[in-house]
Amino acid sequence: MTTVLGIPIQVLFGQLLLGLINGAFYAVLSLGLALIFGLLNIINFAHGALYMMGAFAAWLLLSHAGIGYWGALVLAPLLVAGIGIAVERTMLSRLYKLDHLYSLLLTFGLALIAEGVFRQLYGISGLPYEIPASLRGGWNLGFMFLPVYRGWVVMASLILCLGTWIAIEKTRLGALLRAATENPPLVQAFGVNVPRLVTATYGFGVAVAALAGVLAAPIYSVNPLMGSNLIITVFAVVVIGGMGSILGSIVTGFLLGLVEGLTKVFFPQGAATVVFVVMAIVLLVKPAGLFGRSN
Amino acid sequence: MTALPAAARHRQARIPVSRQMLLVLILLAAALAAPFAVYPVFLMKGLCYGLFATAFDLLLGFAGLLSFGHAAFFGFAAYVTANAARQWGWPPELAIPCGVAAAAALGAAFGWLAIRRQGIYFAMITLALAQMMYFVAVEAPFTHGEDGIQGVPRGLLFGLFDLSNSRTMYYFVLAVFVLGLAFLHRVVHSPFGQVLKAIRDNEPRAVSLGYRVERYKLVAFVLSAGMAGLAGSVKALVFQLASLGDVHWHASGEVVLMTLLGGVGTLFGPTVGAFVVVTIQDVFAEAGSWVTIIQGAIFVICVLAFRRGIVGMAAPWLARRGIEA
Amino acid sequence: MLKRLFIAAAAVALSAGAAYAQPYSDGKVKIGVLTDLSGFYSDLSGKGSVEAAKMAVEDFGGKVNGIPIEVVAADHQNKPDIASAIARKWYDAEGVDAIVGLVNSGAGLAVRQVSREKGKIDINSGAGSTALTNAQCSRTGFHWAYDVYALAVGTGNAVVKEGGDTWYFLTADYAFGHDLEKQTAKVVIADGGKVLGEVAHPQNSSDFSSYLLQAQASKAKIIGLANAGGDTINAIKQAKEFGITQGGQKLAGLLVFISDVHALGLDTAQGMLLTTSYYWNRDEASRAFAKRFAARMGGRMPTMVQAGVYSSVLHYLKAVKAAKTDEGIKVADEMRAMPVHDFFAENGTVRPDGLMVHDMYLAEVKSPAESKGPWDYYKILRTIPGDQAFMPLADSTCPLVKK
Repeated sequence: MTTVLGIPIQVLFGQLLLGLINGAFYAVLSLGLALIFGLLNIINFAHGALYMMGAFAAWLLLSHAGIGYWGALVLAPLLVAGIGIAVERTMLSRLYKLDHLYSLLLTFGLALIAEGVFRQLYGISGLPYEIPASLRGGWNLGFMFLPVYRGWVVMASLILCLGTWIAIEKTRLGALLRAATENPPLVQAFGVNVPRLVTATYGFGVAVAALAGVLAAPIYSVNPLMGSNLIITVFAVVVIGGMGSILGSIVTGFLLGLVEGLTKVFFPQGAATVVFVVMAIVLLVKPAGLFGRSN
Repeated sequence: MTALPAAARHRQARIPVSRQMLLVLILLAAALAAPFAVYPVFLMKGLCYGLFATAFDLLLGFAGLLSFGHAAFFGFAAYVTANAARQWGWPPELAIPCGVAAAAALGAAFGWLAIRRQGIYFAMITLALAQMMYFVAVEAPFTHGEDGIQGVPRGLLFGLFDLSNSRTMYYFVLAVFVLGLAFLHRVVHSPFGQVLKAIRDNEPRAVSLGYRVERYKLVAFVLSAGMAGLAGSVKALVFQLASLGDVHWHASGEVVLMTLLGGVGTLFGPTVGAFVVVTIQDVFAEAGSWVTIIQGAIFVICVLAFRRGIVGMAAPWLARRGIEA
Repeated sequence: MLKRLFIAAAAVALSAGAAYAQPYSDGKVKIGVLTDLSGFYSDLSGKGSVEAAKMAVEDFGGKVNGIPIEVVAADHQNKPDIASAIARKWYDAEGVDAIVGLVNSGAGLAVRQVSREKGKIDINSGAGSTALTNAQCSRTGFHWAYDVYALAVGTGNAVVKEGGDTWYFLTADYAFGHDLEKQTAKVVIADGGKVLGEVAHPQNSSDFSSYLLQAQASKAKIIGLANAGGDTINAIKQAKEFGITQGGQKLAGLLVFISDVHALGLDTAQGMLLTTSYYWNRDEASRAFAKRFAARMGGRMPTMVQAGVYSSVLHYLKAVKAAKTDEGIKVADEMRAMPVHDFFAENGTVRPDGLMVHDMYLAEVKSPAESKGPWDYYKILRTIPGDQAFMPLADSTCPLVKK
């Protein structure tokens, strides 16, 4: 058997592939955070809770309305985005003039409420969500057995991330968005309704988080705590990436998934901490983050 | 970061000392009598968290830094003290300083990294670093993972006072609390505290006046971490247990909540907030996740409508009567 | 003002002191069911354990020597700090005389510390750790339903005899998991098998893919699941997803409850060997209890944990009756002196280290074709007599055991 540094190559590849799957979730979530941060200048602490609500929406759609995975993939993000937009309009918008820490605290409070309500209703043992029939089974890649569904998750996340990136870099709407990020009064002066743009952006960021939740539902059981454990890692990803560019957050997300996968091979106990260690190193060398602009 | 500590400004006026002293004496007398009427462990929990929140407020209220990872210091100190008392058989007067020193050292390391960024970045970095501490607590052999360090002896204080008696323990905790609060009060009113406030209100100006802003922030961070550690160490002895709950990010969030609810930048606010939160925990302990929901709702209400907190709201009223809150 | 406060305080203190003079503290016998009511172990314990305790009280007549019996319940959320705080409050301020249930070893050990200190009874029917009757044993502490030694002996022996002689462990990273792994490894090695490695995972993991991949790479014939509840269920499901069982490796669930089999479905769980102290469909007496229990629990059959809670509460009440007091040490002595005889333990005895020794059963999960109806899941392969199932008293490191 071929080995790398005493590790069988199949184990190495296997863990890297699993790392890529985790990285896909990091990338999608940090993408949404970066979008919201870019325009609203707030850190959306509720992002993890919205991801969890996406998964629950999929589960509820299936168990109460008989709507399956593919329907949920469209409907759940819309539903959760609706909730997100309501929150932005009624609460977040009151805080834009204040210190940004207040919106951080508000979204933290909202995350606690969401987590608590779902715990109260469904417990924390997790609800099963079956893999859709068309994505069952797996491929034998030689070095490992890859379940079809996990392959699909990586593909879907990549398409989602790149699609968003292209939309923002190459379309007129994207150009407006970037301009509004840089200089809101000017864009307003050109006749663009900036508050509506802000609401739409928040809604889109939320929808992306909910979509990630639907993707996650069949892999991890649907659990009220699934978001809160993930969000802190994603924060570290965001700090490492630097919020500077959408592409930066995507690349950093996948990259850190791979780093985590590698750590699982060589030093399994350190897998959960490696992202934070990377963060500390990046802060020492480049405080603005890998892709961030220092100002 | 200029918006948060609005209440802090009410204190600039000169105030007659006598009424202030009277209030402090009444509070002290009530605190001394309390364990005869109320379950002492509950009071001790409130005092520990009150000290913890006050330490946290040194950063938020007076240096304008929102740390979202203070549980790391609280919990790490709890582990170190628990380990010193249980494994090494150290008496409380040694085990607690040991925990405080460990927390301060950890605070120096975290602070050194975190003060490179401000505002929300600072909050996220402290949160991420604290999460790292959490995973270390899960993995490190001496913390005993999910079980925590159990059966920590409270010990004999100075070889004289048997802390296994709940009331004796209570008076010890009360003494630590009062000393801790007095110390933080002193720090805030020292020239050092004035510089901190200047940095909070206008950092560029403080820089242009020639202050080494970074250094001041780091010292404040270490002090705050050390005091949070003191609270954690004492809590470990009160409950005779140090566990993952103490380093979890929920604990970091709770301390933010206590401070916000009680009043950022006030002397007694964090303690008042701590007692309210601990009471809620106690009342709803058997009702599953209602505690989380209520805490979240308080956050939302405080942020939207009640940004000065309980003591912050009462401060003008008290100030008119010559009392500094 | 101060003076008045002190007088009031002194009055409170005096009246509190007066209560201790009676044989029954606060004129009541109060039993606290402290367990996981909302988390990963709530299906196997949870509300069912509370219900079982209430059934035992009702069957006993609701009163002991004319004194009313009360049952209270709380959720320890599987956290030792919460468990210990609730236990302390119950004993100090709410007059609870005994705590039962206590799934999860971390929480169970935390409550043991408090109970020992306060001289109150704790009867653990949910945790597996052998520490409860060894290093952490107590004069007022008991271990009722099963422990990891018994599981290791039952399942470990049976699997190795079937040819599963190389093992890789997936271990839940807390006292129970490590204890279960250690005990099973001993049995495997004693039977001539080999342990190729182990990986520890956090309690309540949702993703086992990385651990399963490591287990697969070890080429061990048996992947031993030294975990419980939701962790066991997730690991078994994901092993199927990653083609591990198809690849020829077998899973051995070292602690499997009937609620887990129910959640997995017979299709996935069939053929699995497991060790249990109770199976509802074993004989007349066990069926009779199960039917009453199911009627109150929406058709769910009791697990060994829930049945154990019933048995432990009944035995506790008998001991209170004999001791004519609810004072911890006196009741504990009575509990040790009396044999246990009910549907759960036909010929149980309580040893000086607090372990209730009783027969265990080796069971195999039926195939869907063999099952005759809902919850008809097990074939009992053999009975493991109590003296073979549990750790010999001579090996116990409990200081209470006189040698």
